Amino acid sequence: MRLGVVPCGPVGRGLKDITVASLRHFAKTLLLGELLSGLALTFKYMWKPKFTVHYPQEKTPQSVRYRGLHALRRYPNGEERCIACKLCEAVCPALAITIESDVSNDGTRRTTRYDIDLFKCIYCGFCEEACPVDAIVETRIHEYHMENRGENIMTKDKLLAVGDRFQAMITADKTADAPYR
Amino acid sequence: MSQDIVNVEVDGVAVQGRKGQMIIHVTDAHQAYVPRFCYHEKLSVAANCRMCLVEVEKAPKPLPACATPIAEGMKIFTKSPKALGAQKATMEFLLINHPLDCPICDQGGECELQDLAMGFGRDAARFEERKRVVKDKNIGPLVSTDMTRCIHCTRCVRFTAEIAGLQELGTMGRGEATQISTWVEQSVNHELSGNIIDLCPVGALNSKPFRYQGRSWEMTQTPMVSPHDALGSNLSGHVRRGTLMRVVPQANESVNETWISDRDRFSYEGIYASDRLLSPMVRQAGVWVTTDWESALEAAAQGLQQVIAQRGVEQVGVLSLPSATTEEAWLLSRLARTLGISNLDHRLRQQDFRDQSADPLYPGLGVEIAAMEQLSALLVVGSDLRQEAPLLAHRVRTAAIHHQTSVSFINPVAFEYLFPVASNRAVSADAMVAELASVGRAIAEATGQAVPAWLQGAPPTDGQRLIANSLCQGGRRLLLLGGLVERHPARADLRAVASVVAGLAGATLGYLPTGSNAVGASLAGVLPHREAAGEPVSAVGLNAAEMASTPLSAYVLFGGLEPGLDTASTALTGQLATADFVLAITPFASPEAIAHAHVILPIGTFAETSGTFVNVEGRWQSFVAAARLVGEARPGWKVLRVLANLLGLPGFDYESSEAVRLELQQVLGAVAHARVTSAETAYRGEWQIAGALAGNLASLPMYQVDPIVRRASALQDTLVARQAVTVY
Repeated sequence: MRLGVVPCGPVGRGLKDITVASLRHFAKTLLLGELLSGLALTFKYMWKPKFTVHYPQEKTPQSVRYRGLHALRRYPNGEERCIACKLCEAVCPALAITIESDVSNDGTRRTTRYDIDLFKCIYCGFCEEACPVDAIVETRIHEYHMENRGENIMTKDKLLAVGDRFQAMITADKTADAPYR
Repeated sequence: MSQDIVNVEVDGVAVQGRKGQMIIHVTDAHQAYVPRFCYHEKLSVAANCRMCLVEVEKAPKPLPACATPIAEGMKIFTKSPKALGAQKATMEFLLINHPLDCPICDQGGECELQDLAMGFGRDAARFEERKRVVKDKNIGPLVSTDMTRCIHCTRCVRFTAEIAGLQELGTMGRGEATQISTWVEQSVNHELSGNIIDLCPVGALNSKPFRYQGRSWEMTQTPMVSPHDALGSNLSGHVRRGTLMRVVPQANESVNETWISDRDRFSYEGIYASDRLLSPMVRQAGVWVTTDWESALEAAAQGLQQVIAQRGVEQVGVLSLPSATTEEAWLLSRLARTLGISNLDHRLRQQDFRDQSADPLYPGLGVEIAAMEQLSALLVVGSDLRQEAPLLAHRVRTAAIHHQTSVSFINPVAFEYLFPVASNRAVSADAMVAELASVGRAIAEATGQAVPAWLQGAPPTDGQRLIANSLCQGGRRLLLLGGLVERHPARADLRAVASVVAGLAGATLGYLPTGSNAVGASLAGVLPHREAAGEPVSAVGLNAAEMASTPLSAYVLFGGLEPGLDTASTALTGQLATADFVLAITPFASPEAIAHAHVILPIGTFAETSGTFVNVEGRWQSFVAAARLVGEARPGWKVLRVLANLLGLPGFDYESSEAVRLELQQVLGAVAHARVTSAETAYRGEWQIAGALAGNLASLPMYQVDPIVRRASALQDTLVARQAVTVY
């Protein structure tokens, strides 16, 4: 039944419009049937256990694939994983990533600049998917804020710092997710 | 003709080819793509990658399309299961030893192997054994090597052997142990060596200055024209976020074919040199003050007006680099002429101006560049052709090797040429006139013409007769005067003899000027004795050499010219030091500009301004700005326009550089598009056969020709750049 087709009562209509359905509806409305059924639901839930989470004292469980704040990872020997292939920059649909690269002191290909603009980022995780060396990852961190203009740019140093600080968590998440990839 | 036509069938479609063509020529001509790695249009056929295998009816096995000549009635299948199977099998073999390092490979995104692996490769490898690893070679500061990636197509080897003429790369070892290498740890030094970067279908050979700087997909490509030699090679500038990241060739069969010289390829580094000028500067009480354009232009206009009011216009000298665009040259010429200045020149390296009134309208080659290959004889006087115009030397090489052109040289030293030279005469700088005169006498004797009286005293030798004989018979002949003649202290004498010799031999007289736009500057009238289109001026001004030797009160230096490096002598530096006002309009804060100028206005280089270069055959090649201007710099033509406005000159209301060019072309009329000028032979002046020269004749090293090249760090690291200037 389309909304708006149901006549709400005989008011303003001819007798020939009165049907069984319209009479039943009229009676239900007059006797507050809908209100009572609504209140019944309310009282039913009143006695059930609550599922409100008392954030930040309480937190909901997160998937290991949660896509939050970005981080750049290192190998266990401390070497940066990122090889400046720029695939993340190319795949980024929001054009949030800016990379500049050069030959490093040891002759390898390294970034000289790796910026992610968190205002542009849509947290789609494509950068993570594109990375051939699992360097850029999105961690489960989602509680962060900026106080000043410009802090929305995650520079290479900041990203590496995040990676270093949450190394254990990132490694555990990646290990947990590995069988499904 | 009809028996040359061969009827074949490509994928069921009846097509025609010429006798002697390979299958790949026919399939390419009829849009039936055949994958290939080793085959290249400009190189010989090697057939060693086996990627172009196609099925041919009645052939028991697939045949390489690049090395199988077509035959009457041949049925070729490029997409049959057998052909595709062979191609896929070849690809699997090629990928056995190719490393999977595409993410760090500079070729990634523009790699022929990557592209074809998408079409013909398997998604998983079946090869489980160890992959081959090859040690990288250091082959110089221009080309980086990652030899493990090499698939042994030998394009680079064939390029060095066939195009460069100096086989600096070769294959060592056999089978899996094959390596591409130089001869005992040498570097690759040829002036065209950068082309192996483009030829390499994988990432084995890449640009060293560009190494790990960027990816192919993040750059936009803009057509450019080379600013370093008079050929005007067509380039493509690859720009990322406004910065010129690298330069690659743009194919133009009539100018540079598909090659460019290393100078054109790697000079872009000079644009971003550390002494690049970022904002206008004005000297106030002896101290440089960085200022805004308005006050700097005001200061420039005031300085000029002051000198003109106090000392007169004849105390102002205007010097322009010959690589300024035609638009800039025209505005500079108009600005100077409207102010009444006739001390105006772009021939900075010339020493001898005695016969300037007999100069041709512009120093043209006399033949089209492509027609160089069809010459029957060529005599080059005073040119280290390989250094001056590497791609013209390549044309001459093609002519000498494939068209049996007899090529001779008369030079102060016997320069090395990588092709058969009929006669390579080395005579001292002061004897060049006499040498050429003897050749003239030999021509007169050989052709039975009356020997002119002034040639009587110079009996020709056998070597001179050899040149004479080649120059006075056959089809089209050219007598080419190179940069050493331009810079020669007895240029007028050489030119006079050359014009008579060319006349006696029936050869065309051509010039190879220094700088990318000497032709445009000559047409636009950046000359003391001529206005645009060669109109003579009533009062001839001072030429470049006189401006350097005569102290003037004010100098305008355009285009970043550096006294001593861009001029014939260092005398100009002394004049700048004593001048009342020096205005430098330059992309670079060169030491001379900082030491002697009073106002410095930053302008864009060739990559950052729109403009036109007119090449040595009279071809107008316009280009747009490829890169974003650095700092506060502005295009040269805009600076000159606003300067003219501030000086109160009428008619400087151009909206675009095209408007400037169109105005000049209107002034030039029919001359503007006359492709090749027939150089005149009318000049008959006095000359000396021998005797002490009035000045020095010095070499001009390849990587010292203009301010941009001098600042290109990778080029300056090459072995060639370490050559010192030689005084002959």
